[in-house]
Amino acid sequence: MDRPIRVLVAKPGLDGHDRGAKVIARALRDAGMEVIYTGLRQTPEQIVSAAIQEDVNVVAMSILSGAHNTLLPKVVELLNAEGADDVLVVGGGVIPDDDIPFLKEKGIAEVFTPGTPTQVTIDYIRDNVANK
Amino acid sequence: MFDKGKMTQIKEGVKAFEEKTQKSLEKRPERQEKFYTGSGDEVNRLYTPVDLEDFDYNEELGLPGQYPYTRGAQPTMYRGRLWTMRMYAGFATAEESNKRYKYLIEQGSMGLSVAFDLPTQIGYDSDHSLSEGEVGKVGVAIDSLADMELLFDGIPLDKVSTSMTINAPASVLLAMYIAVGEKQGVSPDKLRGTIQNDILKEYIARGTYIFPTEPSMRLITNIFEYCSKEVPKWNTISISGYHIREAGSTAAQEVGFTLADGIAYVDAAIKAGLDVDSFAPRLSFFFNAHNDLLEEVAKFRAARRLWAKIMKERFGAKQANSMRLKFHTQTGGSTLTAQQPENNIVRVAIQTLAAVLGGTQSLHTNSKDEALALPTEDSVRVALRTQQIVAYESGVTNTVDPLAGSYYIEAKTKEIEDRAMEYIKKIDEIGGAPRAIDMGYIQQEIMDAAYQYQKEVESNDRIVVGMNKFQIEEEAPKGLLRVDPSVGKLQKDKLAKLRNERDNGAVKEKLEALKKACEGNDNLMPFILDAVRVYGTLGEICGVMREVFGEYQQSVNL
Repeated sequence: MDRPIRVLVAKPGLDGHDRGAKVIARALRDAGMEVIYTGLRQTPEQIVSAAIQEDVNVVAMSILSGAHNTLLPKVVELLNAEGADDVLVVGGGVIPDDDIPFLKEKGIAEVFTPGTPTQVTIDYIRDNVANK
Repeated sequence: MFDKGKMTQIKEGVKAFEEKTQKSLEKRPERQEKFYTGSGDEVNRLYTPVDLEDFDYNEELGLPGQYPYTRGAQPTMYRGRLWTMRMYAGFATAEESNKRYKYLIEQGSMGLSVAFDLPTQIGYDSDHSLSEGEVGKVGVAIDSLADMELLFDGIPLDKVSTSMTINAPASVLLAMYIAVGEKQGVSPDKLRGTIQNDILKEYIARGTYIFPTEPSMRLITNIFEYCSKEVPKWNTISISGYHIREAGSTAAQEVGFTLADGIAYVDAAIKAGLDVDSFAPRLSFFFNAHNDLLEEVAKFRAARRLWAKIMKERFGAKQANSMRLKFHTQTGGSTLTAQQPENNIVRVAIQTLAAVLGGTQSLHTNSKDEALALPTEDSVRVALRTQQIVAYESGVTNTVDPLAGSYYIEAKTKEIEDRAMEYIKKIDEIGGAPRAIDMGYIQQEIMDAAYQYQKEVESNDRIVVGMNKFQIEEEAPKGLLRVDPSVGKLQKDKLAKLRNERDNGAVKEKLEALKKACEGNDNLMPFILDAVRVYGTLGEICGVMREVFGEYQQSVNL
């Protein structure tokens, strides 16, 4: 790839726990990616519009409010509607294992649960952006 | 502590000991080259009277229940009365949460602690578009007085003390609580409890802000003033370091940033014309308990001493109660692991000891499954039992401040106090906590510490048992609590019915009166209470305030 991977780190939903989002954002940046962080309380519409405007390869969403089943699929849906189906969408946060198959079915490529080393996320993004 | 001759002897002894030890290290090195606290501060091999050479017992410690309160807020501490075992709970609907509260009271919980869902915390009704998917998830959904009546159904408000984790709309929820009391025949002067009401740490770390700083500070001082007259037993604010620590701060930052926020509230109230001793006794604090037992104990003691000095010397408080820091503790959510969740029970037990040895007034213990979901009833019971075991079996409650006089504890207490004071000075130079937050200074400091921690974990310089060492193959845990997704619909239906049945003319009139008051300078509490009584919704009341005050814009920095 000629240009660095561009990632939008986003906080959908109303929860204010942004430690994970910020740590991931820094780790991705330190790994050589270009990172844009949205800040809190982003609607799916706002996230998609930022993703398109910033022309990112990846949307990485962190959510700890329990609203993941509602909000994450909506982002994928809107991205597809905008023709941005080449964007890799990943999620993380307090997400029960039982919900992961549903999220994957809805187009969230991978879900990183508590305790995942940032390196795992970095490697995943590197490997899978290339494939898209 | 020691006379000069003795001290010289001790110094010589320590010097000889260190030299001898240094030599033996060549053959048998210690496990690590250096040792660090949970917050990353270096720890010496040994602490002796040499570390406390200038220590003045009367000045630094004094006696429990006396200035500077290092040894405890009350003279007899847990010999007189145990801390309040207060389990934070709430989910789904008011009816569902009401059942959990009654269960907790039955199991020996001594005070209620209400968790609200995110739409409630941000001042949106359950039928607002931003509430989609969030209703009843992290706490109970409260849209109007009608929900609040159900929440406390069968719980006499003159018999319990209730803590409410509510910040931006704290005035509205407090008004609803007062109104429920009125309906039960309990007058406001009999109500006991706490509202968190700490907006600055929302800007810093927790994120459920609504209004910009200035109107938010006005709402807070309005509450101080109103309660000092009408609800005198109410703790009007819980100045919180908990979330600052959860966001990744060190122990010293937790104390420094929290007390800096406290200073900002006292400043604002004095500026609004209040006498410091009229509101300061009702200020309370909320801290975190992490795994480094001794560092945490020192932290609580340091916070008490430093706040006492600030209130006396900086603000000229005269009443003893104004200088006495009382605090609630919650064990550290961020220390829990999703891996081998049973291990979390042990972490919580250590953290419970830290809080109790540090002299907490009340405590919430987290449940083992909270890195995965909201806790089940069974895991909450174990968390509560953990407190009861410490209270009734461990023996640490038998004497006041049992770790006082430990060379390490006293040296560490002083070190944390000094570091916290350095942060406060720095924030003073910037122009106070609100300005330091606007500039992103406090957030940046916390984030640096959080990222440092993460790097240490990933390089295995810091061991988290079960996560980066001693891992096992595990199956996904079963039986996690799931909030019924129909709660959103249920709550919407209730709202539609309410809007249909209430006196909408009266609601309109009260909301208009509130709007006028917001534009002027009157205390807003009576206007909010009027709107609540006629079943104006939380979203409508906060909507009026949003219209006049605008919304806070977060400074986003990495």
